[in-house]
Amino acid sequence: MSAALGKIKGFDQRFLVIAAILFAILLPFFFDRGSSFMDDAVLALAYVVMALGLNVIVGFAGLLDLGYVAFFAIGAYTMGWLGSTFYSQANGGEGVHLLVTGAAANLPGIHVNFLLVLVGAIILTTIAGVIIGLPTLRLRGDYIAIVTLAFGEIIGQVAANGDQVRIGGIWDKTLGALPLIPDLGSEATLTRGKLGISPVDKIDLPFVDPFTSLDIRSWYFVALGLVLIVLFVNVRLRDSRLGRAWVALREDEVAAISMGIPTVKTKLMAYGTGAALGGMSGAFLGSYLNTVNASQFEFIFSIFILAMVILGGLGSVWGVVIGAILLSFVNSWLIPDVLNGLPGQLGLDFDLTQVSFAIFGFILVIVMILRPEGLIPERSRKQEMHGIGTGDRAGAGSDVELGEAR
Amino acid sequence: MSDAPIRAEKVTKVFGGLTAVDGVDLELRRGEVAAVIGPNGAGKTTLFNMLTGLYRPTSGRIRLGERDITRARPDQITALGVARTFQNIRLFPTMTARQNVMIGRHSRMKAGVFGSIFRPPWVNREEREAEERAGEELKFVGLKADLLDRTTASLSYGDQRRVEIARALASDPHVLLLDEPTAGMDPRESAELAGFVLKVRDERKLSILLIEHDMKVVMGISDRVTVLDHGELIAEGDPAAVRQDPKVIEAYLGRSAA
Ligand SMILES: Nc1ncnc2c1ncn2[C@@H]1O[C@H](COP(=O)(O)OP(=O)(O)OP(=O)(O)O)[C@@H](O)[C@H]1O
Ligand SMILES: [Mg+2]
Repeated sequence: MSAALGKIKGFDQRFLVIAAILFAILLPFFFDRGSSFMDDAVLALAYVVMALGLNVIVGFAGLLDLGYVAFFAIGAYTMGWLGSTFYSQANGGEGVHLLVTGAAANLPGIHVNFLLVLVGAIILTTIAGVIIGLPTLRLRGDYIAIVTLAFGEIIGQVAANGDQVRIGGIWDKTLGALPLIPDLGSEATLTRGKLGISPVDKIDLPFVDPFTSLDIRSWYFVALGLVLIVLFVNVRLRDSRLGRAWVALREDEVAAISMGIPTVKTKLMAYGTGAALGGMSGAFLGSYLNTVNASQFEFIFSIFILAMVILGGLGSVWGVVIGAILLSFVNSWLIPDVLNGLPGQLGLDFDLTQVSFAIFGFILVIVMILRPEGLIPERSRKQEMHGIGTGDRAGAGSDVELGEAR
Repeated sequence: MSDAPIRAEKVTKVFGGLTAVDGVDLELRRGEVAAVIGPNGAGKTTLFNMLTGLYRPTSGRIRLGERDITRARPDQITALGVARTFQNIRLFPTMTARQNVMIGRHSRMKAGVFGSIFRPPWVNREEREAEERAGEELKFVGLKADLLDRTTASLSYGDQRRVEIARALASDPHVLLLDEPTAGMDPRESAELAGFVLKVRDERKLSILLIEHDMKVVMGISDRVTVLDHGELIAEGDPAAVRQDPKVIEAYLGRSAA
């Protein structure tokens, strides 16, 4: 057994990666197209995309972001706004149809091709990422966490109360008055609050049959495609000039800025990229879940994704993938389907699903105690965790007070 | 006007109630090695931090050639050709020696988010060149070849100092600031480093300003010496003359007598 393990370790990592991808491609053919396993698998892949996005911010750049749900929300709303009957008065009630086929082509409201929605979500979330990044740039550690948390909460509140915000009038007088940009009608609101924008257009890709909620396999492959893109982005960024600069900023900001790394720009690149990846996943989930409603965008979601990153290993691309898949299945399968009856059998009067986030908290605490660097630690993070080489850091701090550095 | 590569004009830095640097004028001339000396807490490092943009002077100006860099950021100043080392070594401990030096190359490279993700040929070339350059700089400062890919945390103190100098040199500076480069070295190592500083100056056509406590090193390699005490400039000029200056003797003796 141990000999076999030793052999696996000796394998080229590339082989493992190819094997994992092949496995992921073949997996859906062993399950029914509409099975609940496929449903769980699609969610897991979408969360892998989110976790890898957050990994750029927290893992690579070391900026603790507790408001990542904001990017899920903005991505999902982009899908809701651009792919539903929500703005039914748009374009004088005739609707807007951009490269869409099937049912959506004849409905009122705005209907834009999914690939264009993705682009829109990436643009909007990148901007949002930079906006949230800006006020945190002068802050460190805990303070960054608080500001990002607040940002996530603000977006959540805007989502919840956006049904009271009538944007139609202003829109039609300003942007809507421009050529090529449709008016929305005076009744148009920003969101639909807790009721949610629903239904949302199904993904509509060229050369493929229209997606339905009965055949989950095609959703799975789109999600897998997004995962592969995001994996590629993560690996490339990690092994680049930018990736090096993030490690440098994380380990010694004063030295990094003195060696020519522009802190503001470099950190904003992490925020922007991480946000964009979350936005992609958000747009996908908006369509897959068929609803975009405010109760999806609560603080607890940020913690859920962060827990995946920490469980897998901050900054460790493959660790984060595994962390995300594990926690996703714990959330959508283990707790509700397997363990849910447990308290009842013990004579307790609650469902485990009601306390699922306490369970994630518990898992995190256990990880922190047993393996703080995560399941598959990233090399430098592991050393940082165990204080290797940071011994004389305390003395080094006396050189420069960071508050002074710009 | 002189063509000083870098110059401080009446710079003052106040921390709360403490004036760490008090109206100091200092210029580094092209191609020279100049030293800043003074007792502990005299304000030497604070002066360096202002020259490199880490601290903004409370008053006064910093000029790089004709350019006013008083309000420039440290990374901008690095890009303009000023590199430094730190009194307490500040390497990135989990990175290898080579990666540390590649960080020094950052300001001469261009790849951003898209370049890093899509890696067009120019990005690959830039990355390869940075790696080669890092190897060359580490060889130049005398790091043994088998240590290039070791994390710097695992290197000896002397080797860490070498890597820090290599990292500074990798940014193509024309001004190099060394903050107590011989701190923690034995006399033999100090003498070696002194010789190395002159070699760097000559081979790289640099102007070098160093803070140094080891008088042997100071006297041996510097063309001019500036003495700070309690943030004030108390003497300046030829090393031999400065050494005889009663004010300088008092500043040092006064401290040790107290
Ligand atoms: N960021 C800071 N905040 C407050 N006081 C500071 C700060 N940096 C330096 N000082 C103070 O300014 C004075 C000058 O410090 P500085 O580090 O420049 O001295 P130095 O000449 O480099 O001394 P040494 O030889 O010990 O390195 C000291 O009294 C120091 O405590
Ligand atoms: Mg000092």
